[in-house]
Amino acid sequence: MELIKSGINIDFVGKMKFAFYLTIVSSIVAVAYLAVHGLNFGIDFAGGTVVQIKFNQPTSIDKIRDSLRHINMENSTIQQTGAASDNEFLLKTELSSSDLKGVSDKIEESLTSIYGKGSFEVRKVEMVGPKAGADLRQKGIMAITVAWLGMLIYITWRYELRFAVGGIIALIHDVIMAAFVFTLLGKEFNLTIIAAILTIIGYSINDTIVVFDRIRENARKNIKKDLGTVINESINQTLSRTLLTSFTVFLVLVALFFFGGTVIHDFAFVLLVGVIVGTYSSIFIASPFVLVWEKYMPGKRIRKS
Amino acid sequence: MFKDIKIRVIITLLVTAVALVYLVPSFTNLPDQWKKYMPGDKLRLGLDLQGGMHLVLEVDSQKAVESTLDRLANDIKEGLMNRKIRFRNIEHGSAGIISLELTDKESTTEFNKIIRDQYPDLEVKSSEIVEGREKVSLKMKDKRIDEVKKHAVEQSLETIRNRIDQFGVTEPEIAPQGEDRIAIQLPGIKDPRSAIELIGKTARLEFMLVDDDNNLGDALRGIVPPGDIVMNEKRMDRKTGRITDTPILIKNRAVLTGDSIETARVAISDRFGEPYVSLKFKPQGARDFDRITGENVKKRLAIVLDGVVYSAPVIQERISGGDAQITGSFTEEEAKILAIALRSGALPAPVKILEQVTVGPSLGQDSIQKGILSVLIGGLLVIAFMAFYYKASGMIANMALMLNVVFILGTLAIFKATLTLPGIAGIVLTIGMAVDANVLIFERTREELRLGKTPRAAIDAGFSKAFITIIDTHVTTLIAAMLMFQFGTGPIKGFAVTLSVGLVYSVFTAVFVARIIFDYLIWNRKVKSISI
Repeated sequence: MELIKSGINIDFVGKMKFAFYLTIVSSIVAVAYLAVHGLNFGIDFAGGTVVQIKFNQPTSIDKIRDSLRHINMENSTIQQTGAASDNEFLLKTELSSSDLKGVSDKIEESLTSIYGKGSFEVRKVEMVGPKAGADLRQKGIMAITVAWLGMLIYITWRYELRFAVGGIIALIHDVIMAAFVFTLLGKEFNLTIIAAILTIIGYSINDTIVVFDRIRENARKNIKKDLGTVINESINQTLSRTLLTSFTVFLVLVALFFFGGTVIHDFAFVLLVGVIVGTYSSIFIASPFVLVWEKYMPGKRIRKS
Repeated sequence: MFKDIKIRVIITLLVTAVALVYLVPSFTNLPDQWKKYMPGDKLRLGLDLQGGMHLVLEVDSQKAVESTLDRLANDIKEGLMNRKIRFRNIEHGSAGIISLELTDKESTTEFNKIIRDQYPDLEVKSSEIVEGREKVSLKMKDKRIDEVKKHAVEQSLETIRNRIDQFGVTEPEIAPQGEDRIAIQLPGIKDPRSAIELIGKTARLEFMLVDDDNNLGDALRGIVPPGDIVMNEKRMDRKTGRITDTPILIKNRAVLTGDSIETARVAISDRFGEPYVSLKFKPQGARDFDRITGENVKKRLAIVLDGVVYSAPVIQERISGGDAQITGSFTEEEAKILAIALRSGALPAPVKILEQVTVGPSLGQDSIQKGILSVLIGGLLVIAFMAFYYKASGMIANMALMLNVVFILGTLAIFKATLTLPGIAGIVLTIGMAVDANVLIFERTREELRLGKTPRAAIDAGFSKAFITIIDTHVTTLIAAMLMFQFGTGPIKGFAVTLSVGLVYSVFTAVFVARIIFDYLIWNRKVKSISI
């Protein structure tokens, strides 16, 4: 069976200009949005406390809020999580406590006084002090930057600098877009999301490498053809593979998105965005960039080697 | 490299067998007589799957430096007094400096000699003559400060380990993190609150004399007599159970500390049926206690724990025998925690909680179910797609994928790595990504077939041309996974581990194992066309 016919010849390079403007505009919109709104940091990074509570009986967010009033925590964010029948809620506050008697204990006591003992179960408590949060933020940025650099070095070593730069620009684009869509939907940035972004960086570059590999192979075979044609041929020849693997990963992510539970849900979502954007960027950003570079700084190595 | 199919089959079977053997304890319930022939450990589940608590503590090691300085200052004071060297105004501030004034030249010479000979950790920071007196500032050497700090963290770690062992947690993990942090994992802990209380208690026990000669009222108004300190005494009203804090004037010098304690246990008082902590001193401590009580009959001795006075009984008579007790307003649980804390010794410096994650067992169980469900659904979708798209070749790829999962789990079991919820996601994601290797090979093979090559030549070309690309794509993802491992905490680390392991096996299963079947079909069965 073939989804992409073997003789396919789409003029990707010809659509480069359009793709270029699309990329620029969407990136500017994304960066501007992120700059204005900032990332919506979860407690991993901002510090704070999250308590996940499952009640035995149905209750309402208002009632929970009321019961937090006498410890002055009625301003906490309270969200229902899971199915409505689960009676499960997330209580979030910016407060954290380095004392032995933590914020979660206070919440628990306060709820006990209203709902009664044994009428709810504390399923999860996460407390991160502001200092630890700031540390992690820095480490997260560091990890992403080092990942970009790592890719840059590896591809420069295996291919050429201009390929590497093209690949990294595509990756930066992927990360910005994933962060943008994620923030746009009001979701929270936490450690798991950074892990997802690192995965995007490691995975999304694969498509680019496969195309680069083919460009190199074809360029050696057809020394006379101009680079634009070679690139277009290479993208077309690998298109079937690019779409297929993106599709299998997509299938898996959809399963994780729907069935993986709360923590995995957001993680899978970022990756879904990353896979889609990454497929686009490896076709329309990474390879065309090599062509742009060639235009301004003609290289000889690709013909010689 | 491995031309002989038989050898390749044997290698594959061996690897599979090892992985399966290590997985047996996790997925079956073997009778005991079999267990001794099998690896004993089950797959280790992360805290997010089995429930438990994760803590990151910060040791306030500066406090350890201050208390070392405190001891040194007291020591110097006594030393100088014993040698009749005249000095005034010895004090130490928070800046880590001991300052004092020496009244004449003679004592300066002698003082310098003492510092040089007996206190190698101290150095004279400055000395100047003010109004005929030599004003000296002493400072701890930087190297020594670092040592004290490092030691404080190490000792805290040891003490906390000790406490957790006595508290009874199976397989706790306690490890230093960075310079002054301690990461603690307590799987399956039932009572997180008590655990935090126990771990975080400084448990610095001091016996101090109460200053009944001076006026407490004056002290509260700010005129604290030199060498004294105002502390709070915790008192419980026996009828109402209410706890009140009462100020009390204490001579700020510990006559005896928790270091002198041999052991501590919980006992119940005969009179009120209240729990208290019974202490037994070490031989030297017992002698000191005997002497101190003998010297201070009819005075009050305060029992101070972490800066709070628990009781301040009047010494009725000399107490020999080396026993003492801490009474106060405890519940039995509190008394038990205090006893463990005292037995395992005080923390050299207070600790603060930087991070805490507690997962209840029911949530962990839920996560396992959700994880398994998404692996099954995700895996089946991919398998169905591959079979549909690549027919028989797809089935070969599917077999490789399933082996991959077995290998990942087996490797986790062998290396006792921890499986977390993101780790499970990592397995299914690996399935999705590992397929890439097969797809690269198959697409290439199809291209070669289209060029009119024979199946044998096409397969050869497909595998060999795709190989380098496969290595490149896997290495880049591995780089990202390694960074994730470096950066992440527990659950994320689990993801990084399964992803990395899965990637390595993906090369093995797609390139090595799948090739065996293709070669067998083409070489031995001489198939004329491949279903791809």
